[in-house]
Amino acid sequence: MQVSSIFVTRSTLMKDFRLEWRSKDAINSMLFFSLLVVVIFSFAFNPNAEESRRIAGGLVWVAFLFAAVVALNQTWARELRNQVLDAYRVSPAPANALFLAKAIGNFLFVTVLELLMAPLFVVFYQLRSVGPVWQLVLIGLLGTWALVVNGTFFAALSIRTRSREIMLPLILFPISIPALIAMVDATTTVLTGDGTPDVPLKILLVYDVVFTLVCLLLFETVLNAE
Amino acid sequence: MPLTTYPAARNMTGTDESSQQPVIQLDNLVKFFGRFAALRGISESFSAGKLYVVVGDNGAGKSTLLRIVAGLTQPSQGSLALLGTSDIRSVAHRVGYMGHAPLLYDELSGMENLRYFAGLYGIADDAVCREAIQQVGLDPELERRVGQYSQGMRQRLSLARAVLHNPELMLLDEPFSNVDVHSAREMATVLGRMRDQGRTIFVVTHQAPLMEPVADEFVQMADGKIVSRSRQVPSAQLSTVSSKLETI
Repeated sequence: MQVSSIFVTRSTLMKDFRLEWRSKDAINSMLFFSLLVVVIFSFAFNPNAEESRRIAGGLVWVAFLFAAVVALNQTWARELRNQVLDAYRVSPAPANALFLAKAIGNFLFVTVLELLMAPLFVVFYQLRSVGPVWQLVLIGLLGTWALVVNGTFFAALSIRTRSREIMLPLILFPISIPALIAMVDATTTVLTGDGTPDVPLKILLVYDVVFTLVCLLLFETVLNAE
Repeated sequence: MPLTTYPAARNMTGTDESSQQPVIQLDNLVKFFGRFAALRGISESFSAGKLYVVVGDNGAGKSTLLRIVAGLTQPSQGSLALLGTSDIRSVAHRVGYMGHAPLLYDELSGMENLRYFAGLYGIADDAVCREAIQQVGLDPELERRVGQYSQGMRQRLSLARAVLHNPELMLLDEPFSNVDVHSAREMATVLGRMRDQGRTIFVVTHQAPLMEPVADEFVQMADGKIVSRSRQVPSAQLSTVSSKLETI
């Protein structure tokens, strides 16, 4: 019996949105955390527009990375309550559909957060991009996917460990370093207008493709690991 | 709301041929958790179309055995064949599993839960979910979230989740825990009816006497082994129940 991956991905995604809408566990924590970073750093540095352009790439992605970890930890926590994950595992639904739904869900949550936080960054850091804004959008999409695809996978890997909330950043951050460097580099390049972000964008694209494929290939093993 | 009847299981019409083939074949099944042996070399076969009640003390290996048969846990040694194949994943749609935990989302209503789990079996018809909820004596219109259900209602909904795709083989781990005696008897009757329609049912329970009117066989486990198979409730289980009643 074949169960459609697209159907399962869609219904899992809708279920997760409904759960998040009712509990607001992830989005509230992410918003609060990002807001804190924006406000505290703006008071600490009090930068002018030129300085802002140089440091904002790092600041923005540090804020989003830590906020994303909050959402990623929640992703599987709700599947562990009442051992709901077992109900998925005994069903004929493909494991990859669950992974894709979780990754897409996290991507959308973090993207919403970025959209909400972007105006605050502009206001607090007097940010005006010298380079084209569409490139920032592209960096945002590729960078966010790089964070969530690995994050979703490693969050699944750490769900059976005793201190999973500590384990996730320990595994995720080192493996995300190439993507993070590319994201920060590309963002700074566009904001300051010093050259083009072609190389870091290509690195991000390759990173996204490779890690998406690897995660999809290995997820079934992770899901059924004891 | 009273419990009602179930439709006959797909491909399991109780024909002679199907009832003669073992639905589960266990071959020297061993399971270690660290150095603890939860199962110690179980080799048994179970026929189709029967209701088996697995009994035994805590730690006897009942739930571990059920989880291995459901494909949730891998055996350390030995093998098993389910519905004629050793590839359990390939027959997942023919098996229904009800765990010790409810396996339900607390933040969703009963219908929302079933709608999601039905989707995992490729069922997109709301009528199937409604019917499953009604059959366990719950109201499909109930908008209350599962987190606000009583334990008994959760157990019923969990049973509905396990049977909504009309499985041939049902594996139920403690379906009567936290259910009042009257409801538990009704559930036992429903399970008997499902068996009559051709399903094979495994019930792990500490309340063996409840199942006596409908059970085909009692499988007693102790220390990770199957120690007896009989048509009557094992005396050890009766004495446990009696001593509990005396305590009360």
